[in-house]
Amino acid sequence: MNPRMTRDELLRRGAAGVTLLSLPGLLAACGGGDDNGGGESASGGGGGGEPNDVLNFSNWELYIDTKKPTTFQQFKNKTGIKVNYFEDVNSNDGYFAKVQGRLRQGQGIGRDIFVATDNSRFPGLYVDQKWVEKLDKSMIPNISNLIPAQQHPPFDPNRDYALPWLSGMDGIAWNEDLTDPVTTVDKLFNDPKLKGKVTVWGEMGDTLGLVMLSNGDDPSNVTDESFDRAIKKVEKARDSGQIRRFTGNDYAQPLARGDLAACFAWSGDVAQLIADNPKLHWGIPETGGIIWTDNMFIPLGGSVPTASTYMNFVYDPKIAAKIAVETGYISSVKGVKPFALKLDPKSGNNPLVFPDSATLAKVHQNDPKMLSNQDYITKWQKVQGQ
Amino acid sequence: MGAFLHRHRSLTPYLLLGPGLLWLGIFFLIPLGFLGYESLQSGVFPSFQFTWEFSNFSNGIRDYHEQFVRSFVYAGLATVACLLLAYPLVYWIAFRAGRWRNLFLLAIVAPFFVTYLVRTLAWLNILADQGPVVGLLRDLHILAPDGRLLATTFAVVSGITYNFFPFMALPIYVSLEQIDPRLLEAAKDLYASPTKAFLRVTLPLSAPGIVAGTLLTFIPAAGDFINAALLGTPKQTMIGNVIQAKFLESLDYPMAASLSFLLMGAILVTLLVYARIVGTEKLTG
Repeated sequence: MNPRMTRDELLRRGAAGVTLLSLPGLLAACGGGDDNGGGESASGGGGGGEPNDVLNFSNWELYIDTKKPTTFQQFKNKTGIKVNYFEDVNSNDGYFAKVQGRLRQGQGIGRDIFVATDNSRFPGLYVDQKWVEKLDKSMIPNISNLIPAQQHPPFDPNRDYALPWLSGMDGIAWNEDLTDPVTTVDKLFNDPKLKGKVTVWGEMGDTLGLVMLSNGDDPSNVTDESFDRAIKKVEKARDSGQIRRFTGNDYAQPLARGDLAACFAWSGDVAQLIADNPKLHWGIPETGGIIWTDNMFIPLGGSVPTASTYMNFVYDPKIAAKIAVETGYISSVKGVKPFALKLDPKSGNNPLVFPDSATLAKVHQNDPKMLSNQDYITKWQKVQGQ
Repeated sequence: MGAFLHRHRSLTPYLLLGPGLLWLGIFFLIPLGFLGYESLQSGVFPSFQFTWEFSNFSNGIRDYHEQFVRSFVYAGLATVACLLLAYPLVYWIAFRAGRWRNLFLLAIVAPFFVTYLVRTLAWLNILADQGPVVGLLRDLHILAPDGRLLATTFAVVSGITYNFFPFMALPIYVSLEQIDPRLLEAAKDLYASPTKAFLRVTLPLSAPGIVAGTLLTFIPAAGDFINAALLGTPKQTMIGNVIQAKFLESLDYPMAASLSFLLMGAILVTLLVYARIVGTEKLTG
């Protein structure tokens, strides 16, 4: 099937309007999926035109502000657009697997925005496969607030397709009731007191990045040797029973419950968990951490004007400040700090939200070549017993 | 229409079979054909080519025989555990529970009003390292002070046992419930002890239920992945976990498809051996 044809057909049907709106089934068939409540946006998919009344947004858990009035409420008040927010991204590969079938057919996925992490092979894959729409930059004047460090990522050198949502860091979390501070990967993998009370991520880049750093290897320039060294180290910790499981976001509950003494964890997640459980701690390993950025994309069939309107909204430093302060993650928007200090005077000293130069000196970025190497991916699955 | 059917009466069975066959064709045979086609492809996502790649099958066995064996061992253990737990229970319900029968049967089925995933997630809390069950077992010195239940083989097999329990219990109940009590009276009249009456009358008559129950438990259990994923560790992964990861994480569709076929074949062979041992008439009741 020619994907372009299908999408054109979809748009024609969208123009026909009435038929589409009166037939929820057809609507679901065009833009919906089995598990999404949205789909309305599919009727106005593609570029040009006016924004819709509804924006369908897929994101990770623990990744949005919750204090009222939320930024979604403010967005609704300002533009009249309601946000349908789905926390249905649990892993980059899982989300990709879920949507790729429809995208390959040139069909929409019932979303106007979804996020993908630059610490995986997927941002590049979405762009190369042309499964994402171009941003309408004329509707995003606030794009000028994007910090220079984020302006030319390798998967999208001119920022035609994606804008950063938030950035975060890979590190180690521990529960002070169950262990003394765990500040190195070697302690996490070898301390007999932690046996069976440790998890690492199933995401290759996150876990192996930290392990490579602990081996003294450079995760931004991976060789077969340094990759195999890292794999061996994880394998050994798995075989000794030290590692209990490979996780996505789902380390949060066992960590909070006390099943885990220490684990690989994302910076902002733990910042949010500490609010309920002050016994938890998080730190960048002594040998260094990994920094990554989630990017907002518009999938094929998503409404470019609606999504662009929203992106412009969150690139207002005042809005970006609220989201960053409440999630504990790093914003890529210029001029956020004064607004953040107004919301929470202590946030300026929070290195998770505003990493100082000492923190930034400790974090590295993963080698994109590693992330898309099929042999490496197969080896990584094998370590997980899969 | 009526007249037409009357004249071609021999067509009626086919017309009645039609919807079922159509359903089977569209939702089973055609997808199976696609899966077979996919299992012989090679390449890297997203560009797979059909190349009669039979090595997918040999590589699948070479790389994942451990998970295959584990799946069958776990499914076997869970099936035996289900049988040992279910038989006495439904025996009691069928013969002793009187007018409370339906209530007890409902109690067996009731947990299944909750979805599979949530039921399994609940065990994460019940068996938690800091939870009451582990705490009690540690106090009783059944578990070592740093021992745990979660993330062990025991937890995975128990999870499967729990999740497939009604598939064992209900068929056995049906076959026990159908036993004519006069047969047991007759056995007693012929000086059979209760044990002998059970072994010579009740057990053989409930055999079709046992056979049906073991099949309904074993087959889905062998392909299960949720229990191993949530209650196990990387050392407890079953073949279902591998297939799931190949499809959804490493996007290696040909390998995932060939592993699915291998699993299907292995289950089929097990089934044939089982039928051979117990006799086919028991399979059909």
